[in-house]
Amino acid sequence: MLLIKCPWCGNRAESEFNYGGEAGIARPANPDTLTDAEWADYLFMRKNPKGLHQEQWNHAQGCRRWFNAERDTVTYRFTRTWRIGEAPSSTRDVDS
Amino acid sequence: MKKYSAFGLLRNALSYNEKWPEAWRSPEPKRKYDVVIVGGGGHGLATAYYLAKEHGVQNIAVLEKGWIGGGNTGRNTTIVRSNYLWTEAALLYEKSLKLWEDLSQDLNYNVMFSQRGVYNLAHSLQDVRDIERRVSANRLNGIDAEFVAPEQLKKNIPGLRVTANSRYPVLGASLQRRGGVARHDAVAWGYARAADQRGVDIIQQCEVTGIRREGGKVIGVDTTRGAIAADKVGVVVAGHASVLADMAGIRLPIESHPLQAFVSEPLKPVLDTVVMSNGVHGYISQSDKGELVIGAGIDSYNGYGQRGSFHTIEHTMQAIIELFPAFSRVRMLRQWGGIVDTCPDACPIISKTPVSGLYFNCGWGTGGFKATPGSGWAFAHTIAEDRSHELNAAFDLQRFTSGALIDEHGAAGVAH
Ligand SMILES: Cc1cc2nc3c(=O)[nH]c(=O)nc-3n(C[C@H](O)[C@H](O)[C@H](O)COP(=O)(O)OP(=O)(O)OC[C@H]3O[C@@H](n4cnc5c(N)ncnc54)[C@H](O)[C@@H]3O)c2cc1C
Ligand SMILES: [Zn+2]
Repeated sequence: MLLIKCPWCGNRAESEFNYGGEAGIARPANPDTLTDAEWADYLFMRKNPKGLHQEQWNHAQGCRRWFNAERDTVTYRFTRTWRIGEAPSSTRDVDS
Repeated sequence: MKKYSAFGLLRNALSYNEKWPEAWRSPEPKRKYDVVIVGGGGHGLATAYYLAKEHGVQNIAVLEKGWIGGGNTGRNTTIVRSNYLWTEAALLYEKSLKLWEDLSQDLNYNVMFSQRGVYNLAHSLQDVRDIERRVSANRLNGIDAEFVAPEQLKKNIPGLRVTANSRYPVLGASLQRRGGVARHDAVAWGYARAADQRGVDIIQQCEVTGIRREGGKVIGVDTTRGAIAADKVGVVVAGHASVLADMAGIRLPIESHPLQAFVSEPLKPVLDTVVMSNGVHGYISQSDKGELVIGAGIDSYNGYGQRGSFHTIEHTMQAIIELFPAFSRVRMLRQWGGIVDTCPDACPIISKTPVSGLYFNCGWGTGGFKATPGSGWAFAHTIAEDRSHELNAAFDLQRFTSGALIDEHGAAGVAH
């Protein structure tokens, strides 16, 4: 089980959280003007990196708030978490 | 290469089984191949085999970064079935099931395919309706399927708790009698040996690190054993699909997740079929060695670590004990994980790409072992002819742009 640091509540067990996939995918500002290929990219295409991944989590069994996290997809170790709308801290909590 | 036979077994027994020849060669990579297949899992090896056998391609290499079958092929719980809902998917998996039915003969290698039947349980009225619909759809496609009522289930599977008043009551099940299990390693080894016999070079410990292109066309690959030129490159690397796509500047709708499985200590025969439940997230069969083979749902997060979280194990065990209370005191022996390549519509991608001469086969997620023969067969056609076969035309990467997705979450879900 992973230990996840909610930016509001602190360290909690993974089973309190829901995973929300890749972070930073902006909803298209002008949906009417998008081509099919641009829609496909927005809806379906994902970075899915082997290594550091910026992703969203929800503290579903706690404060129920969404936040961003950076995690290594090989070691699974979280390097930092931050609140939605804020910038990530320039230093990492731990190295991946 | 010697043909395996009962006589051969006897002869080799007389020499204390010390004179068996190697099953395939381990050649040095050549500078250039007509077709390079990246990934020595079952799908890659099957692709090479059918390229040589069905399409007469002569100069083929399979490049594997570790050892063949060491990825999901050797980590899966080996359930084989073809009872998918939509016609496109059902026909592709059924092609595969037909190939399974005489695979041991075709490869001259015993893949231990055992058609012991596969049950998918219903726990709610909605499950019952969904399953009846799928059974009917299967029959319209010529695929064997039947609905089994609770009273009959009790007789067929004595260990299964079939009561109406448990938390997840068992209200019936679909049954595909032609489904079953096979020996995973034997599938990789059998295809490897048969492909090698047709001249395919199987090169292990050879990781592809780059995909070389020139003017929108593939010209070869970089590997940890040097550059290898190729007219065509077929990539079948399951959980690593996005990593390879990145090397060619292509984006995929794939996410890699850990998927775990477990086996128990060996028991006397207690379960002669395969039982799966999407509702409580678990499934179970018994191997020929007597171990209970138990599988789970994926871990939620993206992961390349070939392991998952403990609460997924607990959740799966709860489901199994709910279904088979008598197994509560069975001890688990081993636990492991693979990396599965999940796709938004729970269907694979067998496709050309924007790079000419570069083909991808991925997105099988939690359920591609059953498809190994059919996937290799269709991918070989796609590579040899530079266009899809009608069986895999709907599984093109373009479907994410056109919107023609094939939603198999109902038939795939947790069930593999
Ligand atoms: C726990 C578990 C249970 C499962 N249960 C079932 C089931 O019951 N029924 C079912 O139908 N399916 C099941 N599956 C899914 C099934 O295992 C896969 O869909 C299928 O085996 C994929 O085969 P493959 O040949 O494409 O992939 P793999 O066997 O993973 O082969 C891909 C190969 O590519 C290699 N590779 C990766 N990157 C590179 C590189 N850069 N260069 C060279 N080689 C590379 C890897 O080392 C690997 O050997 C399960 C999977 C898991 C993990
Ligand atoms: Zn919180």
